[in-house]
Amino acid sequence: MITFVPREKISKNWIFIAPILSIVFTIFFGLLIFTFLGYNPIETLYQIFVSPFSRIDRISDILVKACPLIIIGTGLMLCFKSNVWNIGAEGQFIMGALLAGFIALSFPNIETKFFLLITLITGFIGGALWAFIPAILKTKLNVNEILVSLMLVYVAMLFIDFIVRGPLRDPMSFGFPLSKPYPEGALINKIPFPGIGFLGQLHYGILFVVLLIPVAWIFVNKTLGGFKINVLGSAPQAAKFAGFSQNSITLTVLLLSGGLAGVAGVIEVSANIGQLQPEVSFGYGFTAIIVAFLGRLNPLGILFAGIIIATVKLGADNAQMTMGIPKVVTGLFEGILLFFLLTGETLQKYKIKWSERKYKWKL
Amino acid sequence: MEALILTIIATSIPLLLAATGELIAEKSGVLNLGVEGMMLSGAVGALGTVLWLENPYYGIVAGALSGMLMASIFSIFTINFMTNQVATGLGLTIFATGLTGLAGAPLVGKTIPSLPKIEIFLLSDIPIFGSILFKQDFVAYLSIAIIIFISFFLKYSKSGIILRAVGDDHQSAHSVGYPVKKIRWYATCFGGMCAGIGGAYIPLVLTPHWSEGMTAGRGWIALALVVFASWIPWRIIVGALIFGGITIAQLVGQARGWPIPSQLLSMMPYIATIIALTMISGRLSKNNSVVPSSLGRPFFGSQ
Repeated sequence: MITFVPREKISKNWIFIAPILSIVFTIFFGLLIFTFLGYNPIETLYQIFVSPFSRIDRISDILVKACPLIIIGTGLMLCFKSNVWNIGAEGQFIMGALLAGFIALSFPNIETKFFLLITLITGFIGGALWAFIPAILKTKLNVNEILVSLMLVYVAMLFIDFIVRGPLRDPMSFGFPLSKPYPEGALINKIPFPGIGFLGQLHYGILFVVLLIPVAWIFVNKTLGGFKINVLGSAPQAAKFAGFSQNSITLTVLLLSGGLAGVAGVIEVSANIGQLQPEVSFGYGFTAIIVAFLGRLNPLGILFAGIIIATVKLGADNAQMTMGIPKVVTGLFEGILLFFLLTGETLQKYKIKWSERKYKWKL
Repeated sequence: MEALILTIIATSIPLLLAATGELIAEKSGVLNLGVEGMMLSGAVGALGTVLWLENPYYGIVAGALSGMLMASIFSIFTINFMTNQVATGLGLTIFATGLTGLAGAPLVGKTIPSLPKIEIFLLSDIPIFGSILFKQDFVAYLSIAIIIFISFFLKYSKSGIILRAVGDDHQSAHSVGYPVKKIRWYATCFGGMCAGIGGAYIPLVLTPHWSEGMTAGRGWIALALVVFASWIPWRIIVGALIFGGITIAQLVGQARGWPIPSQLLSMMPYIATIIALTMISGRLSKNNSVVPSSLGRPFFGSQ
């Protein structure tokens, strides 16, 4: 039988081995399940993991899809590091996009791109406000932030649906639930490449990610705030003795993660949709949870994790088109991946030991 | 009026079952956030089985087994591999959403027969009460039986007291010689079984066909109900009926054309959950003894 023996030091090797092994195991179990349910496993594997790399514009689409995942994942990283469980990023994304959309639609003739600064900040505020509800309830009344943040996702989804079908509906939309198109100043353009034109949907929103990752890295590793978050997460007792206020940290990480989710919402809508519609997110907020974990709660890791998960998402879209596999199937991979990643975390701290009684299965 | 009460009861039964199962798991110290996932598995398991065997009762069994299967995945990782319970539970829900989407795809558009009502001899003839209380389906009776059973189990049986001990202080329970991991396995699987039956009830009684994510957040509301009931079984009945009532009220409101946009009405169950949690949590933080002290903490001791 297997037992776990604590390691004296956290294993450095496992920090790198675990994500790779997890991905291998995930693919293996994913294939088993596909075979069991009667889908062609090789074809599925090709569609999900290889087809997104088959053309250059598809590769740039991976980056486009990874963009919101990385931004939200970076915010969630701060929460999860300090043991605050914000699982409502999906709602914060929607509310950020909605508030920014409201501002954008209020200035229908604006053309200067400086206006984007305003919509991005508004989006940050929208997301942060939505995260403020679980934050204040958690810190003042000790209400479980997991359930509140999740319930607010449903509320946000219904709210944007109401706004887009009601107050902000474009009278010229021929009955479709769409807002008016955004003004030029609120749109994020595609990046032109000299000689090639555009690469898929690749847009300037990517620059935000390029900026965010180093800032997040410096914040987590080089500032007092980042230090507090790390201590609170890994040694809550030590944080208490050091006099770090748990409440103010909880409040800060929730507001930051909500704000970042809101910004991701603005970028997604301004770059890819250009107007408000009932569905703006497609589950980015939930997927980003997996991204944060796959990235080992580390900004650089999250960058890579975002790209990997975006690949799977695009692959699942392809699999849906070519094989009729429902695209929620990505959840299957994400779930298994998370299980193994978490097991990897245990293996960082514990060694496996095979004990004598090999043939007796005991729980 | 009578029909309305019957619909409210039917709506609250999945919540009731899932919350009861989760209560037992949490009493043993396991916080399983995968309730939504286990309910979805129960729903798809029941649908598939009833389409295959054409008997709604097999659907209940299939739902229970699917829920338990999901709960055992959760148990392997959290109890044996000592992973973080919150993250694993989230993972379970995400996993089950994908798995049921895949397994449910061939079932789309097919309808199953509904679970028959069982009239209890003579009692069902009592005016008003009779048809509400004694003309229900098997699962409704079962869920009340489970609540009564676990109330007594937790309070008076030796196993129930051991279960609570494990949830309150796993280290001491371990030192006295109780198999902490095994007890948590059983409790989690019981939780999975209840959530699975609760999930199965949705296609068997409420909407007889498959749609992706058809539990629509009921698993999460069930989790909130456990807090709302402050871990006391009978209070789950009250909570579930309130939420059933709110869900039905908004449907009635939409049908009768209340001058409130339908989306705002649909928000009611979710907002009510937040309000209920807020009201209860303020009181709980003053009286901490009802919350299982080891809730969510992995047990590292070897056996």
